[in-house]
Amino acid sequence: MPTKIEKDVISGRDTTGHEWDGIRELNTPLPKWWVYVYLATIVWALGMFVLYPAIPLGTRATTGLLGFSSRAQAMAGFQEMNALHATQMQEIGRVSFADIEKNHDLMEVALTAGRITFANNCQPCHGPNGEGRIGYPALDTDVWRWGGSLDAIQQTITHGIRSADPDARNSQMPNFGGDKLLTPAQIEDVADYVMTLYGKAKPGVDTSAGEKLFGDNCAPCHGAKAEGNRDVGAPPLASRVHLYGDSRAAVVAQITHPRMGVMPNWNHRLSPATIKAVALYVHSLGGGE
Amino acid sequence: MAETMALAPPVRYNDDVVKKFVIASMFWAIVGFLVGVFIAAQLAWPALNFWQPYLNFGRLRPVHTSAVIFAFGGSALIGTSFHVVQRTCHARLFGGKALANFIFWGYQFFIVMAALSYVLGFSKSREYSEPEWHLILWLVIVWVAYLVAFTGTLLRREEPHIYVANWFYLSFILTVAMLVIVNNLAVPVSIYAAKSYSLFSGAQDALVQWWYGHNAVGFFLTAGFLGMMYYFIPKAANRPIYSYRLSIVHFWSLIFIYIWAGPHHLHWTALPDWTQTVGMAFSIMLWMPSWGGMINGLMTLSGAWDKLRTDPGLRFSVTSVGFYGMSTFEGPVMSVRTVNALSHYTDWGIGHVHSGSLGWVAMITFGAIYYLVPNLWGRKGLYSMRLAAWHYWISTLGIVLYISAMWVAGIMEGLMWRAYDAQGFLQYAFIDSINAVHPLLIIRWLGGVFFLTGAVIMMYNLIMTVRSPKTATSGSGLIGLPLPATGD
Repeated sequence: MPTKIEKDVISGRDTTGHEWDGIRELNTPLPKWWVYVYLATIVWALGMFVLYPAIPLGTRATTGLLGFSSRAQAMAGFQEMNALHATQMQEIGRVSFADIEKNHDLMEVALTAGRITFANNCQPCHGPNGEGRIGYPALDTDVWRWGGSLDAIQQTITHGIRSADPDARNSQMPNFGGDKLLTPAQIEDVADYVMTLYGKAKPGVDTSAGEKLFGDNCAPCHGAKAEGNRDVGAPPLASRVHLYGDSRAAVVAQITHPRMGVMPNWNHRLSPATIKAVALYVHSLGGGE
Repeated sequence: MAETMALAPPVRYNDDVVKKFVIASMFWAIVGFLVGVFIAAQLAWPALNFWQPYLNFGRLRPVHTSAVIFAFGGSALIGTSFHVVQRTCHARLFGGKALANFIFWGYQFFIVMAALSYVLGFSKSREYSEPEWHLILWLVIVWVAYLVAFTGTLLRREEPHIYVANWFYLSFILTVAMLVIVNNLAVPVSIYAAKSYSLFSGAQDALVQWWYGHNAVGFFLTAGFLGMMYYFIPKAANRPIYSYRLSIVHFWSLIFIYIWAGPHHLHWTALPDWTQTVGMAFSIMLWMPSWGGMINGLMTLSGAWDKLRTDPGLRFSVTSVGFYGMSTFEGPVMSVRTVNALSHYTDWGIGHVHSGSLGWVAMITFGAIYYLVPNLWGRKGLYSMRLAAWHYWISTLGIVLYISAMWVAGIMEGLMWRAYDAQGFLQYAFIDSINAVHPLLIIRWLGGVFFLTGAVIMMYNLIMTVRSPKTATSGSGLIGLPLPATGD
């Protein structure tokens, strides 16, 4: 019920005659460009409905004139990229490490594949350049727990460490504190001795008791000279590289309640050839043997 | 008019509840922006997570989104809708003081409980819909009360027609009710457990969630705030709405088309291709219906552009309509499957959301609140025009820093993630893209600091406005009496 249609002086348009709290409305027609663009988008949308899968038909849908499938397009993309290195990767999977290293082309592909695979899978724990961090071994040094040869690295990546894989590398450090194999005082003695192995001991501390305890309890795995034993993954302690830190508190903590890391077995996520490529890459980081 | 005057004794509008919502809105704005600035800093400097659960990014992020969308935006929407519906219907709010107070305190209670539950680790893990089932039940009760108060007022209106702002507000209230209920259909683990499982599973579950998520944008952040725009711009500009016909056509187009666009959030996922196509096609058709609101907002100012020099509130409103136009163009572009292949999962999405939420939602609200506070509290004008101008420039600069940083970061991420080398291997690791965007994350944080600073200035300006001496002639809130001329 328009009551008082007026002419707006500024625009020259009529109002609709309604008024709410002083607000009136002009009876301006729809802007033409707006209508045309709106219609164009509708035509475009109808085009999409014809060209692409769009209309559901019970258990399936129209495929559209273009036969588009997002899954097929993604797979085509993967295949296109895989084709660029498929022969080389097959070759990497087939031949020995020594043969790969002799073949410049294969080596280049392997290191490229290894680098990106490492960056997207290994980096979160081992660091961008394999430098490691507390609890996660550095891969760029010559200090290895389970071995730094190409075969050893390949084995570790494939089956993991303390993983669910039956061929996983496995070992356990005795719980010297928790199982009361050593008293807290003895553990401190051992720690004092261990610290002399890498030159961090406080001067003037008598380490003879610790040395004796080390020989009885630790040397069977870590070696008489604390040089480590790769058969059981016992790290060398006479080294500047320490998985859980080299402070006295860190050493005491590790003997009292040993931490033992788990590394996943990658054989369920990466192909054997890719694992070989990662092994070659890790081997090249600086500590390979 | 004479008939209305004769309805003695004069009744007052319920301005009390509007005031409460305005205060709550400003309070939550500061809280929400502050948490936003903090989590932006966490993204740039992860050490700020402090390695404990309570201040972890994963818990604070929903605190930020809920605080800005539902607490700041929601309080502003409910408050302004009560203001607008009473004045444009020429009727007192339905349900009396009790219902209005229940809605206010009930809604605030929901917000506080939701935020607490996130920090304590309770979450449904559905984006923008994190509260667990018992809180949602409470929200539904409050929301139905809101619907009753709003429609009750519409029904007792003394105007023959329902003003366009109220169409938008009503569509917002109804659709949000529907969205919240359907997206929260879930089976609680037990009556005592704050844990539930969605009634849907797999791709259907994802689709329901993004049907909700996208229409939270469409009906909460778009339709609701268009309602705000349709009242406060013509009021502040003191000009008639540009086109009544456009408002009808774009309203119904928007309402009809928006609800289909959700699947564009799930391009290149397990969602069937045909559903993705539907989402994309409707998103493109949404462009002009969205722009109808922008045209009506901007063209209403013909003949009143000079007011932008003197009315900082109107300046906010008009700028917000500009940002609205920009992000409702950007949205359809990003919804195209090919563009989405580049933009999805990148910071471009975050930038898009913030050009809409900072540029459109927050700025249209600032404009409305700058208009409302002197009116509701009966003050001649704002305490300081200079401070309001500072707020305007500092927050505009903040938005520009924010969204341009996110455009650059997002496109860079999208390009890096899809880059292959000559041998067909990915060129960059994910961490490379994180390193690459780090400077941009700092610029984004800085943009947030600017925006927060502006809001603090606004808060101070509003407090000083309320504390300034009352002017006798304004803010009577009497139904039937002409309201004071405003905006100058």
